[in-house]
Amino acid sequence: MKTTTFKVWQGNSDGGELKTYEVEVDQGYVVLDAIHRIQAEQANDLAVRWNCKAGKCGSCSAEVNGSPKLMCMTRVDALPADQPITVEPMRTFPVVKDLVTDVSWNYEVKASIKRFSPKTADHGDGSWDMDQYDVERSQEFRKCIECFLCQDVCHVLRDHQLHDRFAGPRHYVYVANMEMNPIDTGDRVAELREELGIGYCNITKCCTKVCPEGITITDNAIIPLKERVVDQSYDPLARLIKLVKGSGD
Amino acid sequence: MPSKVTALPVRRTFGQTKRTDVWWLQPVVVFVVFTSFVIYSTWAAFQGSNYYSGNLLSPFYSPLIWGDPAHSFTGALEPGWWPSFLPVFSPAFVILWAPVSFRLTCYYYRGAYYKAYWPGPSSCSVGTPRKAYMGERHFPLILQNAHRYTLPFALLLLVFLSHDAWKALWFETGLGSEEVGLSVGTIVLTANVVLLGGYTFGCHSLRHLIGGGIDKLAGRPVQKAAYECVSWCNGRHMIWAWCSLIWVAFADIYVRLCAIGIWADWRIL
Amino acid sequence: MTQHQVLEYDVVVIGAGGAGLRAAIEAATKGASVGLICKSLLGKAHTVMAEGGVAAALANVDDRDSWKVHFADTMRGGHYLNAWRMAELHAQEAPERVRELEGWGALMDRTPDGLINQRNFGGHAYPRLAHVGDRTGLEMIRTLQDHGIHEGIDVHMEVTVSKLLMDGGRCAGALAYDRERGRFKAFKAKAVVMATGGIGRAFLVTSNSWEYTGDGHALAYHVGAELVDMEFVQFHPTGMVWPPSVRGILVTEGVRGEGGILKNSEGRRFMFEDIPPLYKESTADTPEEGWRYVVGDREARRPPELLTRDHVARKIVKEVQEGRGSPHGGAFLDIAWIKEHIKDSEDHIKKKLPSMYHQFKELAGIDITKEPMEVGPTTHYAMGGIRVDPDSQMSTTVPGLFAAGECAAGLHGANRLGGNSLSDLLVFGKRAGEYAAEFAAGNTPVHLQDEQIDLAVQEALSPLERDPGADVGPYRLQYELQHLMQDKAGIAREEGGLTEALDELQELKTRAQAMGAGGSREYNPGWHTTLDLQSLLTVAEAVVMASQARKESRGAHSRLDYLDKDPEWGTVNLVLKKGHDGEMELRREVIPEIPEELQKIIEEQG
Repeated sequence: MKTTTFKVWQGNSDGGELKTYEVEVDQGYVVLDAIHRIQAEQANDLAVRWNCKAGKCGSCSAEVNGSPKLMCMTRVDALPADQPITVEPMRTFPVVKDLVTDVSWNYEVKASIKRFSPKTADHGDGSWDMDQYDVERSQEFRKCIECFLCQDVCHVLRDHQLHDRFAGPRHYVYVANMEMNPIDTGDRVAELREELGIGYCNITKCCTKVCPEGITITDNAIIPLKERVVDQSYDPLARLIKLVKGSGD
Repeated sequence: MPSKVTALPVRRTFGQTKRTDVWWLQPVVVFVVFTSFVIYSTWAAFQGSNYYSGNLLSPFYSPLIWGDPAHSFTGALEPGWWPSFLPVFSPAFVILWAPVSFRLTCYYYRGAYYKAYWPGPSSCSVGTPRKAYMGERHFPLILQNAHRYTLPFALLLLVFLSHDAWKALWFETGLGSEEVGLSVGTIVLTANVVLLGGYTFGCHSLRHLIGGGIDKLAGRPVQKAAYECVSWCNGRHMIWAWCSLIWVAFADIYVRLCAIGIWADWRIL
Repeated sequence: MTQHQVLEYDVVVIGAGGAGLRAAIEAATKGASVGLICKSLLGKAHTVMAEGGVAAALANVDDRDSWKVHFADTMRGGHYLNAWRMAELHAQEAPERVRELEGWGALMDRTPDGLINQRNFGGHAYPRLAHVGDRTGLEMIRTLQDHGIHEGIDVHMEVTVSKLLMDGGRCAGALAYDRERGRFKAFKAKAVVMATGGIGRAFLVTSNSWEYTGDGHALAYHVGAELVDMEFVQFHPTGMVWPPSVRGILVTEGVRGEGGILKNSEGRRFMFEDIPPLYKESTADTPEEGWRYVVGDREARRPPELLTRDHVARKIVKEVQEGRGSPHGGAFLDIAWIKEHIKDSEDHIKKKLPSMYHQFKELAGIDITKEPMEVGPTTHYAMGGIRVDPDSQMSTTVPGLFAAGECAAGLHGANRLGGNSLSDLLVFGKRAGEYAAEFAAGNTPVHLQDEQIDLAVQEALSPLERDPGADVGPYRLQYELQHLMQDKAGIAREEGGLTEALDELQELKTRAQAMGAGGSREYNPGWHTTLDLQSLLTVAEAVVMASQARKESRGAHSRLDYLDKDPEWGTVNLVLKKGHDGEMELRREVIPEIPEELQKIIEEQG
């Protein structure tokens, strides 16, 4: 067991500061263990969200040494040992208290997106035939645990604060999952271009880098959706072909 | 429809971050390599000479439509319509727009050069100097959406470059006939095609057009296989992009050195 | 009078895991106005941790499967203490509930024919678990969440219920506080659905998160609901044991379903020893036969690793006790060995068990495609809970109070089969929502009494007014409780320990009631823990009392002083209720006789 210095941001919407704690760190400790130890021994009211502690629920998102991370999946021994470890709340959302931020905006955005609408079932019992190959494409996006780290790191939200015009990587992944679902009939492409503001994405790929589920957000979700937007809005040839062929696909 | 969020933390200023790693290294490397390439390729394109040596043609000058009458398609040194008030003509001028526009609108390069030249931000979770931001929704960056229109030219270029690599396999015997052989130059031009191919066939637009645009590929074996191939290249798009960029410049340098006579192409077989 | 906001709904659902969401969706579809209260953010509930799959006799992989086989498997797994009517409804309705999810956007893994694929699991006769790799629970909760947000349900996130409100003998709503600011909200509702999940946090080694403090059990108990089967706490045989910080985190049964084997320190597959008579016939004789079962040979019988959870957990404990455990006090679970049978076994494992691969790689530094895992039992699930009417899910004693999912009892009896919890929450979540909406439509509005609310608010705020320094603090007290339960009411119990536990619980109760929490009402986990402790202590007492009363070993309940099953106890459930003097009262209740046709199914299925 050894002692490590943690600097944890504490405060609320009126402001706050990094407070220093010395924490005894056991073998295999993750950052969340250290935060819990601070909570149990030094600051009972230190606010932090967490649930599963196994990287499956996406609650304990924070910025560890300046990078968006799940605290439960960040090993203390994987961080530089010679300097204090800073833990701050996500910057893309308003602070509630300490490490807890108000992420309700994400839930509002999701509710505004056109819902899943399946075609008529293939069988009398209400089931559909789908091939594993086709299903896997959307399954990648359905791994999302809604930790909102991608939202946190995206500069369009983080630095430019365009929350009213840009839905963020999480929601493009959500749309991609429906758009590429083999039985979905909804069309969200116009919505993507307008309300959801996919054009603000300039492919920085930070979302892909921070995704704890390893979803290839930019290449597999956002760019394919951008291409579908091009089909519909910026490619006269594609429009013409569609007109000639009719929209029967 | 997303709504405004208030009471957000104060924005960080340029370069401000709590990151402790060397986050600035990558954008700096991109800046240096990319800038060097732009400077060199511009210089090389303006030379208008030393692009041909034996059976080797510089990729910056291929296809050679106008140019050295012995080798160009038209057999003319420069097009008749070339305005006389322009001081120089280089064969590279009439073709370089194709690879330039392809790379400039490439999804990978966009992300990379925005970070290196237009630090909004320079790296993930690092503050940006820019206040206003329009993304790719407005002119001029909305033009990036035309990426797919540059794709056919990039593909066509591959055909010419393959032809160049093929020609690099043939050597004059000195008796007026040709024989098959292999030189370092052959390898340089062949590698150039392979790397450019890996880059071009991994294009995000191509991936979309070849199968990504539809949701059901099962039951279409050919299309599925093509989509898988493109997806494979696409997964390594960054690597292909840089390797092919550096190699194409190297190929030009190689041919140029041979043409000037500083270097002699070394025949292996 | 205290300040609080009043919110009125036809139906209020407490808990937004799978059961709560499914109930809310159903109630809303039936036209009720619905308020959904969740202790965390929406979509974070423990359902996400369910890995292996959802059990439903779709018969997509093996056409011999049917609801009857599923019913018989569930009853056998529960040692026949199950509420048979619930087991019947569950087996019959699960397939439809699962198929319906795909119409809401779920994407299950497929068979080569394009149907929903199913995998083997402990205690299920045929491959029955519809799944998505090893993240089935996430798929389900996300599907329900994404469907639910369009059904006109009001979601109240990070709101904790501290008391149920009553109007005479009828449940009339709930008093809750929001975590963010500590503001009180009085929910007024004609029907309340309890879907708060489990009680895992009463134990030291658990796969459950901080939320699972038995709130639903305790809240319902305090307004007069009966609790049943509380002695049956499932210890999942395979939790992580090393490093200490991840102790208890679940390792899916899917690992064994895909061919994983258990070995002791001598390298012996100890599960082949002492196979229970009930399963003798259906268990493989040799490792070779076991492997054939895993790869779908219909003639082969299942490997002993796929016996029911109670048995596997006990066997691991026995190996450890007899000195044949792994270095950190568990057994070895080996999936890497399948390379003997499968060529690209590494890719296969990563594909079938991606989150297990990730979990061990990141948290324990172990590559499960190459090395065995160390595993040991972890508190996982409460079979016991609120006693309900099997059809409507309404509490047997409190009209207007419904319960579904883990906090309700009956379906699983003495032991739950893997995969049956996910189907449970779909089937009975739907039923609870449906009947709650019906109850709300058919009954007069309720009235809230201000005195009741004031009292509840004062009670909830009292920890903030007490001296936080007087005792060890809420976290340490919770830790003491967890230690006590783990040692004396855990996987192996005996009279002496249980008696001591009861006494110590009384002492902890007194201390908890005097516990102070520092800080303010704003997002203060210390204060929240102090309140959660009250629920934990209630359920802990229920577990200990029922465990002491049941003088036999059956299913998940193991008594060192009564090692065998006692046929006399085989027809009895233990029911707990709050007495008039406020003390917990326990009574034995004989299980109603099973109808002839169901008995026949059980016999036919052997």
